[in-house]
Amino acid sequence: MIEYLISAEFYQILLFYVYSGILIGAALAVVTMRNSIYSALFLILAFFSAAALWLLLEAEFLALTLVLVYVGAVMVLFLFVIMMLDVKIKPKSGISMYTKVGIFVALLMALEMIMLLGKKMAHVLPQDDLVKHVKGYSNVKEVAENLYTQYILPFELASVILLVAIVAAILLTLRKRSDYKYVSPESQVHVKANKNRMRVVKMETEKGNYIGGDE
Amino acid sequence: MFGWSELTPVLPELIILATACIVLILGLFTTHEKGGLLVLTSIAGVVFAAIATAKSHMGTQELVKQVLFNGNFVRDYMGDVLKVAVYFIMLFVFIYSKQYLRNKNIFKGEFFALMLFGLLGIMIMISGYNYITLYLGLELLALSSYALVAYDRDNAQSNESAMKYFILGAIASGMLLYGMSMIYGATGSLQIDQISAAIGQSQDTMLVVFGLVFVLVGVAFKLGAAPFHMWVPDVYQGAPTATTLFISSAPKIAAFAFAVRILGQSLDGVFAQWQHIIAVIALLSIIIGNLFALQQTNIKRLFAYSTISHIGFMLLGFLGGEEGYSASMFYIITYALMSVAGFGMIIVLSCKGFEAENISDFKGLNQRNGWFAFMMLLIVASMAGFPPLVGFFSKLYVLKAVVDQGFYVLASIAVIFAVIGSFYYLKLIKVMYFDESESDQEITAGFDVKSILSFNALLQLALLLFIPSILGYCIKAIESL
Repeated sequence: MIEYLISAEFYQILLFYVYSGILIGAALAVVTMRNSIYSALFLILAFFSAAALWLLLEAEFLALTLVLVYVGAVMVLFLFVIMMLDVKIKPKSGISMYTKVGIFVALLMALEMIMLLGKKMAHVLPQDDLVKHVKGYSNVKEVAENLYTQYILPFELASVILLVAIVAAILLTLRKRSDYKYVSPESQVHVKANKNRMRVVKMETEKGNYIGGDE
Repeated sequence: MFGWSELTPVLPELIILATACIVLILGLFTTHEKGGLLVLTSIAGVVFAAIATAKSHMGTQELVKQVLFNGNFVRDYMGDVLKVAVYFIMLFVFIYSKQYLRNKNIFKGEFFALMLFGLLGIMIMISGYNYITLYLGLELLALSSYALVAYDRDNAQSNESAMKYFILGAIASGMLLYGMSMIYGATGSLQIDQISAAIGQSQDTMLVVFGLVFVLVGVAFKLGAAPFHMWVPDVYQGAPTATTLFISSAPKIAAFAFAVRILGQSLDGVFAQWQHIIAVIALLSIIIGNLFALQQTNIKRLFAYSTISHIGFMLLGFLGGEEGYSASMFYIITYALMSVAGFGMIIVLSCKGFEAENISDFKGLNQRNGWFAFMMLLIVASMAGFPPLVGFFSKLYVLKAVVDQGFYVLASIAVIFAVIGSFYYLKLIKVMYFDESESDQEITAGFDVKSILSFNALLQLALLLFIPSILGYCIKAIESL
């Protein structure tokens, strides 16, 4: 018993449950927090726990990418957006009817799913087999090989989706202000002194019927 | 590794992608009023793609099913037939949207670029052979559609419907992915044929069925079938009519292909489990679609509910075995043609600062313009399924396939509600022919749009001559799966 408690297997399972617990808790907090900054911070916590789970699976590259890309870039940008938008914190209100019904249905579904899967899947779940790679195994190489040969088509499609996202974002947000006092340098350069700038107006001199004087 | 042998079969997709990028760049140099060049480029791209698709069928050799890109993509007869149908419909969509965007003075190059990206998504959904590829095609289409729905951004209704569409679409995608991951866990593969083989070998299919339920929710949402239909009327009404025209036609064909690939090809081993769910979804769609359409006064909402009932009929065909699949395929192709004509009619009757989106706007159309009243009559009667028109035959084939499988009760309920539904189509016809006109609005649309619309509406009659050959293509397509 003691031997099992100090073994690497036990330690790994313990870590798995700790990180999974944090992940689920953080994910719940993301959707229940009233203040959206807290939500964003909890999302960062969720990403960190997910990265830790990947580390347990010896997928270091994915774990690092998750932290770098999502925590480092996406979430920081997200926080900026939230802080710039001046989001109001919703005052505490009672649980609405929809929420009550929603929670009831969700609990019912969760219960059904547990009853359906729990018993049958218990023996299928991995017990304590560790992921162990041989020495010199390269995570990056494995990912790259799959991404650029086996899944090249989905990879390219994902890039098209990103392009569409960019186009859509710009299309929906770019606005030209009507009160913008912008002078085009191009038209400024093309101004000709005698054509566009100065105009000699010829007027006939007034004759007769002049007002004033003392005729 | 891949080379030319893998790139030639995906030539249509490459052409559409290239056209989309060209249109995107050309759009930068186009002013709001013009833009004929953009429409022309888009049409040229679609025509070239159609030639590339049809070329492999011109010779005497039969197209052999090719699985490419390590099992991510399939080129088969069904895919090619559906793609040609989609190209054909997209031509109408481009021409009608040009008219609409000019009328409302919101012409931008991005509109056509996004539609072409959406078309690429449709083609990937038709030809995907792996759950990842299918899902990415779906998202590509969905993302373009969200942007197109929100396109008229100064219009509050357009924004609201885009928001609803986006949030509900994201939830549906989540459901779909959850189901797919369950199926992956049960079968150890994401490739269509491998999943089917794995289900055939395993004794315990419980986990697959578990995933299947979630996948079905996702598919039903994307189709707009009954318990998941709430977004359809709001989005159809709120979106600019040019967008409604698009999302009500070509994506439905893609959703059919998506459902066939997932339900018919990969989850065929658990047919006994999903046939009941599909039967309930189909019946609910027919009932809800027809009953709720009765009380609509907005014609876009009315068409939305009619779409729901049509999707119900299409899903009914999934119960009818191989014969049923080909009937469904015929149904969805002809439906897309009707739908595009119906919304095209709204666009043609609209003019600057006025949109003919209420049923009352169609009052006395016969006095104002007898020809277009007749065109609308053809479209509406075909949707209702009156005998000499193509809509009648598509319903007939689906019902025949279902009856052949012994689902008498299902078929009779469907027929009863189709008859109830014909009331609101008749109401539209009555309004056009027997009511007094309230306005003397002239039809300002250009000659090209008018003639294309007339062609589109007359197709409801003219297709009668081609029914045997189109149905033949559909049967051959399903047999070659």
